[in-house]
Amino acid sequence: MVVDLIKKFINKVLRNIFKKKKQVKLGLYGPPNGGKTTLANKICQDWLGEDMGTVSNIAHETREIQIKEQVTIKSKGKELGFNLVDTPGIATKIDYEDFIKAGLKEKEAKERAKEATKGVIDAIKWLDDMDAVIIVLDATKDPYSQVNITIIGNLQARDIPVLIVANKIDLKKARIKKIQAAFPQYNVIGISAKYGDNVDKFYEGLFALMG
Amino acid sequence: MGLVLQFVPYSEIEELGPARRVNKLLDMAKQDKIVLLEGRLKKEEEKDLIEITMEEINNKFKGVELAVINPKKREGGFFKGIKGAVIDRLLGDRQGFTIIGPATVVKQIKKDPDKIELFTKDISKKKPKK
Repeated sequence: MVVDLIKKFINKVLRNIFKKKKQVKLGLYGPPNGGKTTLANKICQDWLGEDMGTVSNIAHETREIQIKEQVTIKSKGKELGFNLVDTPGIATKIDYEDFIKAGLKEKEAKERAKEATKGVIDAIKWLDDMDAVIIVLDATKDPYSQVNITIIGNLQARDIPVLIVANKIDLKKARIKKIQAAFPQYNVIGISAKYGDNVDKFYEGLFALMG
Repeated sequence: MGLVLQFVPYSEIEELGPARRVNKLLDMAKQDKIVLLEGRLKKEEEKDLIEITMEEINNKFKGVELAVINPKKREGGFFKGIKGAVIDRLLGDRQGFTIIGPATVVKQIKKDPDKIELFTKDISKKKPKK
């Protein structure tokens, strides 16, 4: 009896501690090479003064979920805290021969392909845990890919708030309007994560999404 | 060998559970067939299809190209829209088409809202592996 009461008390205290400490998870999702890690690095550099992960021109550089805890951004006297979750790019195909063409040796390429498939599975499994998601799309690419539509459809079905970032607006071929036309029900913000163009608008969008 | 286009009427998958649906379609794609499914999978099943595809990837099977054409032209006002949504929920979405092509055969599927362009790889150029 007394033991049960003590157990209940300890559980209650622990629950309260974790409740107070619980921070929302903000996920970065999208196809490979859209610039998720570049954006994660930009956010972490702006607010923590450090990078989050490595970036590369070869697809599937991020092959494991990466988390930066307790990121706090500030704007107009308001604060927004979250755990930033950078995820591997979601794809429907992965061919190790593409990595060989990009300059990797066969063994490295096969290993990268294996890790990349696992990364996609992990990214999909983590979808349910997100409190809000930024979909990072390459503004120079076709937005009507089924991967984009499937990710966004699943987030919509789970009522998870979504902000779409049209990245790489510094490139001539970038077409933000095409992305807006593909996803008219969402707020689409054009940025260059690499050069920091329009990032202030992006932070305002984050406050609107989660604030 | 030429391209094989396998048409799958929705009735062929409607009795199956989500995992068996996805596996049936994926098994066809793994046999180098381009699957043309009447209607579309549920959102959750599309997500499962990507997940299971990743689990199955090896040196021979490189994954799939996936596209859904879904006109979604529901006319007739609010109540018809609700009725359509309920029917979709209960019976599955039979509107439009889903294309699942093995990545070793289909290079790219370009999609506009009402048009699909399917680019295939030149399989005649494939060298046999030693």
